[in-house]
Amino acid sequence: MRPIDCDIHPVVPSTRALLPYLDDYWREHILRRGIEADNLELSSFPPTAEINGRPDWRSARGLPGADFKLLREQVLETFQPRFAICNVLHGAQVMMSEDLSAALCKAINNWIIAEWLDRDPRLRASIVVPPHSAELAVQEIERLANDKRFVQVLMLEMTELPLGRRQNWPIYKAAEKHGLPIGIHAGSSFRHPPSALGWPSYYLEDYVSLAPGFAAVLSSLVTEGVFVKFPKLKVVLIESGVTWLPAYLWRINKTWRGVRAETPWIDRPPADIIREHVRLTIQPFDEPPEQSQIQTIIEQIGSDEMLLFSTDYPHWHFDGSDAVPNGLPCDLLQKILIDNPLATYPRLS
Amino acid sequence: MNVNVLNRQAETVDKRFTGFIDCDVHPFVKSPNEFDAFLSERWKEHRRTIGGRTRQGLAKASNYPRMSPGNGQRMDAWPPDGSQPGSDLDFMQAQLLDLFDVRYGLLAPLVGGAGGERNVEFGAAMATAVNEWQLARWCDPDPRLKASVQINIEHEAASIAEIEKRAGDRRFVQVNIPPRGLEPLGRRRYWPILRACAAAGFPVSLHLGGTSGHASTGGGWPSFYHEEHPSYVQTMQTLVTSLVCEGVFEEIPDLKIVLVEGGFAWLPALSWRLDKHWKRLRAEVPHLRQAPSEYVRQHIWVTTQPIEEPERPEDMLSTLEWIGVDRVMFSTDYPHWDQDDPRHAFKVQLPEEWQRRIYVENARALYNLD
Repeated sequence: MRPIDCDIHPVVPSTRALLPYLDDYWREHILRRGIEADNLELSSFPPTAEINGRPDWRSARGLPGADFKLLREQVLETFQPRFAICNVLHGAQVMMSEDLSAALCKAINNWIIAEWLDRDPRLRASIVVPPHSAELAVQEIERLANDKRFVQVLMLEMTELPLGRRQNWPIYKAAEKHGLPIGIHAGSSFRHPPSALGWPSYYLEDYVSLAPGFAAVLSSLVTEGVFVKFPKLKVVLIESGVTWLPAYLWRINKTWRGVRAETPWIDRPPADIIREHVRLTIQPFDEPPEQSQIQTIIEQIGSDEMLLFSTDYPHWHFDGSDAVPNGLPCDLLQKILIDNPLATYPRLS
Repeated sequence: MNVNVLNRQAETVDKRFTGFIDCDVHPFVKSPNEFDAFLSERWKEHRRTIGGRTRQGLAKASNYPRMSPGNGQRMDAWPPDGSQPGSDLDFMQAQLLDLFDVRYGLLAPLVGGAGGERNVEFGAAMATAVNEWQLARWCDPDPRLKASVQINIEHEAASIAEIEKRAGDRRFVQVNIPPRGLEPLGRRRYWPILRACAAAGFPVSLHLGGTSGHASTGGGWPSFYHEEHPSYVQTMQTLVTSLVCEGVFEEIPDLKIVLVEGGFAWLPALSWRLDKHWKRLRAEVPHLRQAPSEYVRQHIWVTTQPIEEPERPEDMLSTLEWIGVDRVMFSTDYPHWDQDDPRHAFKVQLPEEWQRRIYVENARALYNLD
């Protein structure tokens, strides 16, 4: 049974590595300002933090996830995936200048083609887009849409505006047109503190708060009517933690029953909409302590179509090759590993 | 606006749903001038001219208009004289306290604006005024009603003075702090106030609502109340995360926290998440001497409203079990639109022992009530 790994993270080893993939103007611009001297890693994922590089997946030669040969050995040979989807996390996604953000995203996409996709036929990738400019994001989607190795559009969970806001709709329109799900990866551009409380002290708090952040993303997408406007659109929540979902579904359904007059376009319970349109990668899986509780949570998720296999390589959420929660029934496992990814990403078939 | 009030009064209520302790009751003013009796001339004048300064674009109205008049009141909760829901003791008695033979009702005044006031001297003055008002208008006339100490947490000295002043006064049972503050509540700068709460024997009750100026979500401001309402849960989740990760419960071991109006079904998954990722990142937080879920289990209480309604009603039972049946306390949120009726809140029949704990015993033990 060869699974489909829906979330691996090749890492841009340094901004210098992107120079060959930039337009002349932007190459000179970046060199003149000295931007190439900084790796532009996201503060949501400091690569040196334990959680962001499994000890046996680290390398003395560079950042975890930056080495193609290691990735081939540690993901492609170990888990034997039929496909693995590369989701690049990079500061390109949070630059304040939309133009610089778009230029770097374009370079990353060119880099992933040349240095990864062209080197192994099992690799697929998400199109990295400047999330704060729908116009430039759409240009990048259109530029790459003909390359079927791009199977998804990648966005960050927390940016300037809630993702459902209508300013973002051109991105969803382009994605739907090309059969590209929107992959929403954990993380923030920190245009706002991670929650309504303000700025916490610790990275642990930032990381834990990514789950409530995803709940807010779902509220926004559903409430603004994204799935009414784009009925074929699929959204994949990547690195969300998963087990927060049932309690959220109960809550949003109840709120909807009380206040649905505010948003009359939502013509059925939000949980139904979410189960139809939203998928979640399986790592990390914030598992309960008891096996029976895992079973209960899986039942409460209420759909065998929502979960997608992922290793989240090189992030450290499990040891060995134990990438799936224990005790899942066989037929569900088959769906998580293969059927659901194929159904979610039409470009894989 | 009053609908079938007399019929409601004539209702008889099954004994299983009477005699509870209601951990969330909202009193209101009939006239904004009610607080004047408790304010100095200076602050009366300030209130009349400058008025409250909030951290949002609208001076008085909330960012997210509710779905019923009066900023989201139960449609039948308007007193016969047309004054605001929650402002009339007789009517509150008829609709809540007498109808259900409520043993105690814990007041959570969302009026006066003390907690979120930007001018902290004014905020402190309003906090004192609202505290006096609770006693004069509510607790003394009906001793079933218990007051919550209001403070403006950005004014540390005044907050501590107010907490110490109310310590030992059995009409007050807890301190109210708005969860959405300038900084997460677990941060060091708030420890002296939290320490004062614990020293005074007051649990800290955190009631959701409003804004402190930070966007309601980490991804920005939602457009709709349909998003804002569930975002209360997300705020509660990050609040628990802050209190646990900052080490507040190591620092102040007898601190007790009550989460009000954030629901509770989310708490188990949050505890699992905290534990899982703490294992990876524990070197960052060496001050935590046990797993995060253990702090949650020892220090956090939740109130029920707005109660989650699992799609399979029996899932409520496992949820309660995972949290700990001794940590859940019933609340109505009277007179708000989304209040829970004690007869209908749980969509599944609770074991008798659980029912007794959730409706009465847990609050009685926490607040030392008879």
